[in-house]
Amino acid sequence: MIAVDVTLRRGDFTLAAAFASKARILALHGPSGSGKTTLAHLVAGLAAPDEGHIVVNGVRLVDTAQRLLVPPEKRRIGLVFQDALLFPHLDVKTNILFGRFFTPKEERRVPFDAVVETLGVAHLLRRRAGALSGGERQRVGLARALLCSPRLLVMDEPMASLDYDRRQEIMTLIERLRDEFAIPILLVSHAADEILRLADEVVSLDRGRIVAQGLPSETLAAASRLVEGGRFSLVSALEAEVGAFDPRFGVTRLEHPAGEIVIAAHIADGRRKVRALINATDVALARRRPQDISIRTVLEGRIVAIDEDASPLAFVQIELQGGGRLISAATRLSVAEMNLTVGVEIFALVKSVALDEREIGPGA
Amino acid sequence: MILSDLAPSLDFSPQELTAIALSLKVAGTATIVSLPLAVFVAYALARWRFPGHAALNALIHLPLVMPPVVTGFALLLLLGRRTPLGSFLADYFGVVFAFRWTGAALAAAVMSFPLMIRPIRLSFESIDERLALASRSLGANPLWTFFLVTLPLAAPGLIVGAILGFAKALGEFGATITFVSNIPGETQTIPSAIYSLTQTPDGDADALRLAAVSAVIAVTALVVSEILQKRADATRAGK
Repeated sequence: MIAVDVTLRRGDFTLAAAFASKARILALHGPSGSGKTTLAHLVAGLAAPDEGHIVVNGVRLVDTAQRLLVPPEKRRIGLVFQDALLFPHLDVKTNILFGRFFTPKEERRVPFDAVVETLGVAHLLRRRAGALSGGERQRVGLARALLCSPRLLVMDEPMASLDYDRRQEIMTLIERLRDEFAIPILLVSHAADEILRLADEVVSLDRGRIVAQGLPSETLAAASRLVEGGRFSLVSALEAEVGAFDPRFGVTRLEHPAGEIVIAAHIADGRRKVRALINATDVALARRRPQDISIRTVLEGRIVAIDEDASPLAFVQIELQGGGRLISAATRLSVAEMNLTVGVEIFALVKSVALDEREIGPGA
Repeated sequence: MILSDLAPSLDFSPQELTAIALSLKVAGTATIVSLPLAVFVAYALARWRFPGHAALNALIHLPLVMPPVVTGFALLLLLGRRTPLGSFLADYFGVVFAFRWTGAALAAAVMSFPLMIRPIRLSFESIDERLALASRSLGANPLWTFFLVTLPLAAPGLIVGAILGFAKALGEFGATITFVSNIPGETQTIPSAIYSLTQTPDGDADALRLAAVSAVIAVTALVVSEILQKRADATRAGK
């Protein structure tokens, strides 16, 4: 889907990045100033690299060796900005149709009605762009980018300015776009939960260089110290199957080889595989299976890494039985007193009430 | 025409009426012809970095700081009937500026240009540049982007610039009288007519009436500009 090999120097900042990916949703992750937005702008054509090439879906957009630099209006790459950047002088409908007007007729494969329906913007069409709320603006921005029938959708922190509920809503919509319109997505984000839930693959950047690339659960765990917001935004994603719903207590059991994950809500059947997000601060560790404890979710695994430095914190990475990684944020004190080391068999305990059913999305 | 309906009650002489009509014609022409150029120059100054940026900016603002008589004299030296450029324009395009109403319009345009540029430039500068990038990414080339996104968003500045320019053109005197003199029916605008009347014994009352007319026109222009700008701002804010 995308192959990039570029260098760019701006003052004392140097971006040098090379990666290729076939993921349906590829995330660019890194702290602010890591160059992830610059990289997205290079792909969309809003900036030009000093050297290198960019190929999207087999189409060469940039190649400095051939002096090729396709202007942004000819790239057919849909851009979604953090603040949506709708045209304030136009109504919502004109905003949405703006890109479609410039799309050659034979290339218009994304139908207007389907986009309006999927993104739920039908009731907004006659409103002025300036009169929308943050979540509405973002949905209109998505619709506008989609209706160019782009080769690739580039989303630059599309949820960074939204509150919690709106973020969950937009994430659900992005999953639907991915499934219904089959357009690959490049997602720029510093939020681990977004990446774990949405991305199939992640490229992790720091100070203009790629530090890791791979599956989100493994790559983000390895780059735990780069996650903005520290331990409170460190998250793991687990793939599990939806099991039985217990109507008496209103809980759903997700089945994972390492143990059951109890969710305090009714998860609809029909999507058998789901991806559940677990905050690192919600995971406790025990050497033996604990008795007489309120926690219902106990997952068996083995410690594969302990990331600690001079701070009081230690990030313990656990490889679960049957696959999947879980990160637990602990203190160095408990790591020392429990004598935790790499290779130790461990039980990871998760409070069911800490798991947010709204963060459960369809699995890969 | 409203003006002639009003004339009996206000008791304007034919010469005064001619001066008022001519003033509106001169200022209107100056505004309409220089507006597209002002938009282009304002956009260039706001968005492009090029060699001579500061020099162009200074040149445009020169008429604001130079004595108007000097600007008029410069126009006379440049475009007078017997100058190379003046005779070239007259021979090949049939355009004569010296001692014609067209010259009065040109002098008014030059003098009002800096006033016109400023609000237009400010409004270009206040537009989020990323909106143009968004437009480009949606497939609009730079020209489409300018006419569909940038120009409509700069509309309030355009309106203010045009009206300020018109008001200034209406009041222009020094450069006009130097460049095209004070010929009734051809180049005698309201300010020139007022000047002539003040040089005449018993002309004060007539001068006062014309002065009132120019004040009314100027205030009307400012009020209209306020209203249009408010309306444009409301549109932008999404009401």
